[in-house]
Amino acid sequence: MSQQLSINGVTHTVDVDEDTPLLWVLRDVVGLTGTKFGCGIALCGACTVHIDGVPRRACITSVKSLGNASIRTIEALETTPVGRSLQKAWLDLEVVQCGYCQSGQLMSAAALLAGNAAPSDADIDTVMSGNVCRCGTYGRIRAAIKQAANEIQHTTPEGAQ
Amino acid sequence: MSDTPSHQLSRRSFLISTAAAGGGLLIGFRVPSAGGQSMDPTLEPNAFVRIDRTGAIRVTLPYVEMGQGAYTAQAQLLAEELEVEIGQLTLEHAPANEALYSHPVFGDQITGGSAGLRGAWEPLRRAGATTRVLLTQAAARRWRVAPSTCTAERGEIVHARSGRRARYADLVDAAARLPVPKNVALKSPDQFRIVGKPVKRVDTPDKVNGKARFGIDALPTGVKFAAVAACPVFGGQVGTIDDTAAKRIRGVRQIVRLEDAVAVIADHTWAARKGLAALKVSWNEGANANVDTKALIAECDAALDRPGVTATTHGDVQAVEAQAASFYEAQFRLPMLAHLAMEPINCTAHVRKDSCEIWVGCQRLALARRMAAEASGLPLERITIHNHLLGGGFGRRLEADYVAQAVRIARHVEGPVKVIWSREEDVQHDYFRYHNHSRVRVGLDANNAPISFSHKIVGPAVMARWLPVFFQNNVDLDIISVSAGTYAWPNVHVEYVRVEPPTGLNVGNWRGVGASRNAFVVESAIDDLAKRAGKDPLSYRRELLAKSPRLLNVINKVAELAQWGTPLGAGRGRGISVLDDFGSYVAQVAEVTVSRSGQVRVDRVFCVVDCGLAVNPDIVKAQLEGGIVYGVSAALHGKITVAEGRIQQGNFDDCPVLRMHDTPRIEVHVVPSAEAPGGVGEPGTAAVFPAVTNAIFAATGKRLFELPIDPTQLRNSL
Amino acid sequence: MNRAHALALLCIVFASMSLADAPLEPLRAPQAFDSIRNRAARSNAYFTEAAKVLQHPRCLNCHPATRTPTQGDDLHPHMPLVQAGPENRGTKELPCSSCHGPENAPTLGGRVKSVPGNEHWSLAPASMAWQGLTTAQICEQIKDPKRNGNRTLAQIEKHLAEDHLVGWAWHPGEGRAPAPGTQEVFGQLIAAWVKTGAHCQQASL
Repeated sequence: MSQQLSINGVTHTVDVDEDTPLLWVLRDVVGLTGTKFGCGIALCGACTVHIDGVPRRACITSVKSLGNASIRTIEALETTPVGRSLQKAWLDLEVVQCGYCQSGQLMSAAALLAGNAAPSDADIDTVMSGNVCRCGTYGRIRAAIKQAANEIQHTTPEGAQ
Repeated sequence: MSDTPSHQLSRRSFLISTAAAGGGLLIGFRVPSAGGQSMDPTLEPNAFVRIDRTGAIRVTLPYVEMGQGAYTAQAQLLAEELEVEIGQLTLEHAPANEALYSHPVFGDQITGGSAGLRGAWEPLRRAGATTRVLLTQAAARRWRVAPSTCTAERGEIVHARSGRRARYADLVDAAARLPVPKNVALKSPDQFRIVGKPVKRVDTPDKVNGKARFGIDALPTGVKFAAVAACPVFGGQVGTIDDTAAKRIRGVRQIVRLEDAVAVIADHTWAARKGLAALKVSWNEGANANVDTKALIAECDAALDRPGVTATTHGDVQAVEAQAASFYEAQFRLPMLAHLAMEPINCTAHVRKDSCEIWVGCQRLALARRMAAEASGLPLERITIHNHLLGGGFGRRLEADYVAQAVRIARHVEGPVKVIWSREEDVQHDYFRYHNHSRVRVGLDANNAPISFSHKIVGPAVMARWLPVFFQNNVDLDIISVSAGTYAWPNVHVEYVRVEPPTGLNVGNWRGVGASRNAFVVESAIDDLAKRAGKDPLSYRRELLAKSPRLLNVINKVAELAQWGTPLGAGRGRGISVLDDFGSYVAQVAEVTVSRSGQVRVDRVFCVVDCGLAVNPDIVKAQLEGGIVYGVSAALHGKITVAEGRIQQGNFDDCPVLRMHDTPRIEVHVVPSAEAPGGVGEPGTAAVFPAVTNAIFAATGKRLFELPIDPTQLRNSL
Repeated sequence: MNRAHALALLCIVFASMSLADAPLEPLRAPQAFDSIRNRAARSNAYFTEAAKVLQHPRCLNCHPATRTPTQGDDLHPHMPLVQAGPENRGTKELPCSSCHGPENAPTLGGRVKSVPGNEHWSLAPASMAWQGLTTAQICEQIKDPKRNGNRTLAQIEKHLAEDHLVGWAWHPGEGRAPAPGTQEVFGQLIAAWVKTGAHCQQASL
């Protein structure tokens, strides 16, 4: 079945069965490999993308369910001020080790800050516990989210989202 | 793992320089051929540094990047001596070639055992320094001045007196014609400007924008995608296949049958997975169809009563035991563990008639190449491996079984094929840390002071298969590392009883390796001995470590950091552990809370590490933090079980790991030091097991002799 | 076996043959209780039968005692940690829909064969917590407009008989046992219960 998908502002026509999860369309068909496969059952968050601004696990999101939705992946994170602040904080605090889970971590964090400009530790826990990291970067992720939140709050209005 | 056989393996290597193809300077090492002293003229130099006429400095990194910061640390070493900034370097993965890129201790191209930096420490600095000296000499000749009057600065040679400067780019051709200087002096730590500093990692900018390429991201032109299932009973084989339904799935191109696995090749992974789900396979389950965990444990228990081979012995345990007033005896059991790196196992292979190309992230590239040669039937030199970033290694990617499997599949496929294991496949066909059992017997005098220490170790000899030089006199040198702890016992006896899993159940290395078993065993026993002597666990260790200044220092520092001795609430406790392995000294204090129902929460972990000179102190901290999280996950949840020859777990639901909300707050302190660098990837994991169980002991009085921590044993223990 | 029993059994056989998700446990239709003369007792019997559904893990998991759902037939804590959020659809930053799409999603995986989904996937409000409650307590709660979302009994009847998310319990996706019976029979039981005065078992009984 041929279907049009809006990915990072670009329309892609893909011809896959309608039950195909977005993850494999992104990675194998469109060639956007930043979104990662980790578990295939929505338990690790490595494949997190934004669908109309809502964080979704791409591994269990069928293309059929997408319609005309706007899909944003890690490759487009830097197009938003929140995304840029998070990327900067991630590098400032040297969050990353192997980096495989970090696409998903960043996309979850971006959804968190989009909805909650000043998250508490408990808020961060609730959202970020959906993302597994085996290198153990959780402590630094928490600190980086706070730094990014701080930076966003203290930027000038034109810099804000 | 410890460096015991290093003296036998240290290869004398010769630094060489040559004109690079297309002009420029190339610096590397040439290793004498295994047979004798003559240099093999066919050997390519293992170019560590190539500088071309444009000034581009390409550095080949022998140790792979799996999150441990290897690329950054290696770049620091080279940039330091080459007198350039890290940003001036272009970094490249080393190709697979054991003759050129072997670790000096392991004797093979291996990134593991917390030994990468120790392997790179000397050679990379020498390569950088030699290059700098050659460039300096070339400039001095051109200017007809003494080389000693010239200095190297940020990619230029400078003659301060005359104010002349020359870019490296303009000197490379002249430098390539000069003889290689011998015994180039390396900088002393007080001269370091890059080494020892928390410089920014080189691999991370592309890891926050989706651009980083892991093995799983390889997309060679025309690639097809494979889903694979190996026989669920380990050691079993494929019986019959009915592929009628699978072939009807849109996008499915081909079914490949191997002896022990089936693969479905398709246009994308989902079609391949659907095809695999639709494939009807009957398996010849073979000899292991009735194996279960209970039997495996019973076999290890029984082995504890068998005599083993002597691994270490000092003094005369037998004689001293005759005079002991009493004994401490305890038995410990450690479970099977999987690795669960975030990047599931995968490999992309393209087998042509006369060559084979592989895209993978692997900790042991040369082995991967040898296995690919065997699997493809092609000579070694026809195998090309494109190494990639690794989405976690933890020991799993020290194996190359998946490379061989991908090649065997690719032999049947036109064009490249990417084989991705499902998470379930990744867990169930892991190279597991196997069951490890131990018995400790300590002779005590009338004052409960230890006079002898015996330790019988039961477990597989992973090294016998994986790195035979670490298997000596029938003893696996890894499984016995730190088996008497960090303590200078006057009378020690360590015995090893080898027990191998059933054929087909693969076992291998797991983060922390031998220390991950023995630190738990010994540090648990020490805590018990302190209790028996009526002493505080910290003061007891201090007494035993009185003659080990670096250990004493880390244990004192961690006690201070953790405010050892200050009161904690009900159900809470602190536990301490200390470890001397991998060339580093580590002490940890864990704080736990145990609920009435026996649930354990690890609240905080304090860690002090003296790893000698920390080439990048922030990466050292990150490694310890990560090692601790990895260890706490295993201490609380790590357990792989077998029933009817099948692994019973498969994904993050039944292999739970720490998530952000249950991860302890971790504080790591790095001791400043100018000693030679030690390894930091493993000790955080190894030392945290006993820190946690000792904290549970402090909170509840209940000693845990088995991992993972079993809440039912702690119920109502408060 | 009386005729009513026989009829009920026939219904069950028919139901199980006609549905893809075959009911694993029988759910007796209202006719099975015709022989109970006492109206209140009969009413209570309808509800007790319907409670086989209400007390089933497919329903209980999203009617938890805390604001965090549970999972599986053993009602273990939901993995990962999630919160009901202000509107019982998760938090804005991590809504239920992050993982639970409009339909059950096959995973082709191991033990978790599908990730459950429904257009209206959400957690029951705190007032409708069922875990830890007896059937009698659930019965009282369902009738209580203060706790049942201000619904009349007629609305309750319609909701339980027709709601798509309620209906998910009988179509829970591969790898999950469905609730007993069918939503249709369940709806009939609730209707019969309402019609007979919506009696609940007394706490003392």
